[in-house]
Amino acid sequence: MPARTSWIPYALIAPSVVFLGALFLVPLVQTIWLSFSAGEGLSLDNYQRMAGDLNFSLAVKNTFLLTLVVVPLQVVLALGMATMVTKLDKGRDLVLWVLTIPLGISDLAAGLAWLALLQNTGYLNSALYALGLIQGPTGWLSQETPVALFIAIMLAELWRATAIVLVILIAGLQLIPKEFSEAAEIFGAKPWTRFTRITLPLLKPSLQSALILRTVLAFEVFAVVYALGGRNFPVLVGEAYVWQNDNQNYGVAASYAVLIMVISLAATAVYLRALRTRPEQLP
Amino acid sequence: MADIVIDRVVKEFGSFRALQEISLTVNDGEFVALLGPSGCGKTTLLRIIAGLEAQTSGRVVIGGRDVSDLAPRKRGLAMVFQNYAVFPHMTVFENVAFGLRMQKAPQAEVKRRVERAASLLHIESYLDRYPAKLSGGQRQRVAVARALAVEPAVLLMDEPLSNLDALLRLEMRTELKAVLREAGTTTIYVTHDQTEAMGLADRIAVMYGGKIDQIGSPLDIYATPATRFVGSFIGSPPMNFIKVRCSQGTARIGDAALPCPSAGTEMELGLRGEDAILSPSGSGIPFDVRVVEPMGSHLLLTGSIDGQLARIVAPPTAKVNAGQRVSLDVDPTRVTWIDSTTGRVVARD
Repeated sequence: MPARTSWIPYALIAPSVVFLGALFLVPLVQTIWLSFSAGEGLSLDNYQRMAGDLNFSLAVKNTFLLTLVVVPLQVVLALGMATMVTKLDKGRDLVLWVLTIPLGISDLAAGLAWLALLQNTGYLNSALYALGLIQGPTGWLSQETPVALFIAIMLAELWRATAIVLVILIAGLQLIPKEFSEAAEIFGAKPWTRFTRITLPLLKPSLQSALILRTVLAFEVFAVVYALGGRNFPVLVGEAYVWQNDNQNYGVAASYAVLIMVISLAATAVYLRALRTRPEQLP
Repeated sequence: MADIVIDRVVKEFGSFRALQEISLTVNDGEFVALLGPSGCGKTTLLRIIAGLEAQTSGRVVIGGRDVSDLAPRKRGLAMVFQNYAVFPHMTVFENVAFGLRMQKAPQAEVKRRVERAASLLHIESYLDRYPAKLSGGQRQRVAVARALAVEPAVLLMDEPLSNLDALLRLEMRTELKAVLREAGTTTIYVTHDQTEAMGLADRIAVMYGGKIDQIGSPLDIYATPATRFVGSFIGSPPMNFIKVRCSQGTARIGDAALPCPSAGTEMELGLRGEDAILSPSGSGIPFDVRVVEPMGSHLLLTGSIDGQLARIVAPPTAKVNAGQRVSLDVDPTRVTWIDSTTGRVVARD
């Protein structure tokens, strides 16, 4: 390539660099800086205050619990749904469209929709009452019913965010030539063996993308939890929100933000390593 | 070992009839090529035999067992795919071993049979590599080795050489023939390449429009095609078809007269390019040469007989120039007579 055009690539990516720098890198550095500054000079005071807070360990526990339960369930559900959708001859687009409707709904709106279903005077209780299964309005989302609250949040999250995994997996499944599965079938593999020995390994790159995206977003869960349980079910982002807005303590809020980022980066690193596809194994 | 009986198999895609009552018997250990242009139904037929596609009606019987409704894995066959379908996430060894692993063969047995198949196809030295590191020809060998490792009674091959370059194709063709002869496997081989079919097969089934136009040995099909299509599809250059009028058992072309069947009047004379000899006497079928192409082993002459396109093969030393009118001697026993309206060959009287 002639030397005089060598600045062109840099010029072309410059707008994105400026954009990222101004709107992402600067705030990021500021947040990290903020989390380490209390009074004068650098200190770990904010982190100590965060860790010493009554809700902190509960928020960590809840966030991890929710992620560890919801993400694997979503992957399993999405794998089943994706396999089903790719097998459809007719109406495939319609089914896919219906399945991905929740993606178009904001997470707060989704949380409120589930609240309407599950609150004391919600549709669920009306139905249960009509069936004679409960005597009157029953609370499912209070501190006294932590298991029910967790299940409610889990259901709402499954409903809301499985479709993103589904979309990624369908795209991945479509990239696998059907001859691989056919060859396996000819050579004696039963459906389950074909799925585990052929489809899953070849789907690994897509699974990796879906898991990274979904796990990072699961660690950032907030609006659905906030709508359904408020602070009855503390999560990390929720705590950051409380410290920022209710307590007006930006330093501790920044510490939460940094902690969430570190957890997300660590999870991504784990996936990148555990689910890497060696170049010689690519189709 | 197994023979294959295809009994009145029909396949419809919606209102389109891809296969119209195909019947075909492949003997034990025989190599049959399904030859035809794209869209003739040959791959569909192969996939029905494999069980990857369900027939609309009809039966497939392998080794005396009706497998029409059985899953592919229960039919006791192996297959080589057009794009090889070698599993990218497994080593060559695991690819070749796949069928044996599915049969839960003991490890020692797997190793022995993989090594045997690998040595047959000369891929021993790549057994621990991944397919991405192999060339097209090597992947092809892996695909064949994978099929042979299970020692199948029936081997199905779907255009296995079409993704290779011309030279490699020739080499693999020769090798495949030797390997399969040794294995003694009943083989059905789908191809659109007539030289491949001629070179490999014991018998060729020429397919066209969802039907088998003719089935026979390569030489039979070449020398005595059953339809106009078979004549035009087999042979290079393809058979020439000259429309002639037949009356009282004689067809006249220029000064020449050929005995023709009395069955009809509107006939076509099917003439192989190499069955016409440049006549030294000048009394024969007149041929106006338009283009002379020296091909090394022969001259390819393109021109017209009675105003109709014809290609004639002449010896490389023949003195022929473009624009010249030559005359051709034709042995009446080597020409084919075709009924113009049906496209079918008419027997000589």
